[in-house]
Amino acid sequence: MTAITGSFSSAPVLPKWIVPFLLLAFAYGVVPLIGSSYLFEAILLPFLALSLAGVGLNILTGYAGQVSLGSAAFMAAGAFAAYNFNLRVEGLPLIGSIFLAGIVAAAIGIVFGLPSLRLKGFYLAVSTLAAQFFVQWALTKFSWFSNDSASGVIDAPKLSIAGFAFDGAVGRYLFALTIVTALTFLAYRLVSSQTGRNFIAIRDNETAARIIGIPVLKTKLLAFAISSFIIGVAGVIWAFAYLRTVEPDGFDLDRSFQILFIIIIGGLASIRGAFFGAALIVVFPLALSRLGGFLLGDVFDSGVLDMSQRIVLGALIILFLILEPDGLVALWDRVRRRLLFAWQST
Amino acid sequence: MTFLSTIKAAALSAAMIVSVALPAAHADEQYFPLQSYRVGPYAAGGTGFFGGFIDYLNLINIRDGGVNGVKLTWDECETQYEVERGVECYERQKSHAGAAAWNPLSVGIAYAMIDRITADKVPLITVNHGRTDSTDGRVFPYVFPLLLNPYSETSGIVNYIASKEGGIDKLKGKKIVVLYHGSPYGKETIPIYELLAQKYGFTVQQIEVPHPGNEQQSQWLTIRRAKPDFVVLRGWGVMNPVALKTAVKVGYPVDHIVGNVWSNSEEDVIPAGDAAKGYTAITTQASGNSYPVVQEIVKTVYGAGKGNLEDKSRIGSVYHNLGIVNGILNVEAIRVAQEKFGHRTLTGDEVRWGFEHLKLDPAKVEALGAKDLFHSINVSWDNHEGEGYVTFQQWDGKKWNVVSDWIAPDWALLRPIIEKSAEAYAKEKGIKLRTADDANAVTTN
Repeated sequence: MTAITGSFSSAPVLPKWIVPFLLLAFAYGVVPLIGSSYLFEAILLPFLALSLAGVGLNILTGYAGQVSLGSAAFMAAGAFAAYNFNLRVEGLPLIGSIFLAGIVAAAIGIVFGLPSLRLKGFYLAVSTLAAQFFVQWALTKFSWFSNDSASGVIDAPKLSIAGFAFDGAVGRYLFALTIVTALTFLAYRLVSSQTGRNFIAIRDNETAARIIGIPVLKTKLLAFAISSFIIGVAGVIWAFAYLRTVEPDGFDLDRSFQILFIIIIGGLASIRGAFFGAALIVVFPLALSRLGGFLLGDVFDSGVLDMSQRIVLGALIILFLILEPDGLVALWDRVRRRLLFAWQST
Repeated sequence: MTFLSTIKAAALSAAMIVSVALPAAHADEQYFPLQSYRVGPYAAGGTGFFGGFIDYLNLINIRDGGVNGVKLTWDECETQYEVERGVECYERQKSHAGAAAWNPLSVGIAYAMIDRITADKVPLITVNHGRTDSTDGRVFPYVFPLLLNPYSETSGIVNYIASKEGGIDKLKGKKIVVLYHGSPYGKETIPIYELLAQKYGFTVQQIEVPHPGNEQQSQWLTIRRAKPDFVVLRGWGVMNPVALKTAVKVGYPVDHIVGNVWSNSEEDVIPAGDAAKGYTAITTQASGNSYPVVQEIVKTVYGAGKGNLEDKSRIGSVYHNLGIVNGILNVEAIRVAQEKFGHRTLTGDEVRWGFEHLKLDPAKVEALGAKDLFHSINVSWDNHEGEGYVTFQQWDGKKWNVVSDWIAPDWALLRPIIEKSAEAYAKEKGIKLRTADDANAVTTN
């Protein structure tokens, strides 16, 4: 885990908050005015949901060092819990359902985090697979979770908070953006707090952490709980704001891998890394597929194009990880340092 | 060449490519956004269906110069049968002008699109599958489970089993196992089997096979213990041949397995080899390439080297023929709408009106060169299925042979159930029930 070396360096001239602040101002002020529905529905909404899931998994895997392959299960738990709270608890505001959904995901996370007390590394990863299979099985097996809907697919409820309805693509984007911003801010505060340092201590050397008095058991479970809470809320955004339907099959093992790749490619133990990684995972295949369709769409059918895109994507990821094993964040920081250096020396 | 002039040259050539690639906007064109899938576990169905659909659109363009001079265009976006890819494709393709109808061939994607296409007022066609209660045009103005919705299919299968047993009263005390695909599509019929079991007095046991279904040992051991009189295979893709092979392994007689409409293709039985011999399945469109319309496609489209199927032996296979039938239904709906609104590029809402007046009786079907390929269709503003007929076919190891007449499902029995479900949906979503007058109000631009 050499990933943290780059992420603590900050820009030498600008205050730390200025970049996120400008980004947020842009995301709230400019994007809704200029964006097309394609931008919101196909790019920004999945990007926000997967980024948040990446932030959640990064707390667990990047900071606390516990590898998990159950992320999609926690997303599913969050999505279905939010649906059921919204449906069955009369008068509960949507934001309450989402919060409770996060709590449910956190509880499930604690249960499936228990093996982490004995297992490490790959063995723990395999045991978190249990969460992946169990949650998906339970959601398909018991039709109560999907309100006995015939096909097991449920419609997401209308998004409204305190009487204000988030309709349309832009509304759902703002809804997602607000939740992602709030939770990311909390995650950022968390990792620079004592608890965050405890996470890192356990990751780097569990025995040493125990000796200096960090309650290992409690801290690990806390990491699982917080991470699952965030991933659960990401699941709500995925289902309610992005797809607008909820079905268990959408939260399969592929999704768990996708989230793991996001934090590996973006940069472990970095909040920004999740956003970089999600941007790459969401945007890159789309860009590739549009480029392929534009250049060669008349020559080959869509199946051949899709297969070749996968090969290109896979090759690029391998190449990228060889050239920059610490992820996009490290790459970004290096580029920024060079630029600043060049600017200062002129 | 200096650096700057290189860039200039590149920009110029890029601009030229773009201007050539962009179609001339003035000609009348009707566009089909095809959310197809040619890779992944369901590629066999996707390539066959979209191949047949495209072949028929090509036939209309080459033979007739389009529909009354309006050329048909399309492009494909790969979904791999995955919902989020389907949504991305929807958002990508919907910006294209003159979209006629969506045909995703995936229940999961169709569910995710219902809100979206209703807002955009473009029809969504789910031929032979889809959400059953979308048959009710009062609640789902833009969704069309054409020919056969899942409940009608179930009714057809149960009626067929009854005829094998010697009458509907003979079903009493019988046992039927439904082996279904673990997806929204697979689960759609769970309640209707339970209901028909109660009504006719047979017992039903429904067993799920998780997606994609390439391992079914435990399910078939359960079936062997249960000793059912019939097994209904409600499969999709690779699940079907595996089911047939596993049935032979556990010693269940294959002629007592009845396949549903997505377990009825050559791609389902050929990989199973001898295990499939004697297997029967329901269909809305017969297989084979002897029908005039299929022959014309062979001559006109494949003859011109524009055929979509790479493997020509698949011409006239079940999925290919379903794609052709789907092409006929889409094109005829456009024709109906053109008679009302003019021979020009139609809006999605006008095409919706066309679908709601799509009436092809057997004589008209014969005129289209599709006699015996499919029976007939009779869509109305409140019945979006259109009373399709079904038939049963048996696999003899080489080809499908039709073993029944055209059978009508029990629509009168199903309609109240469908209406109840649709009304519940309308209430949950706050949708006002549409009337015949609403259906005649059409957005024309």
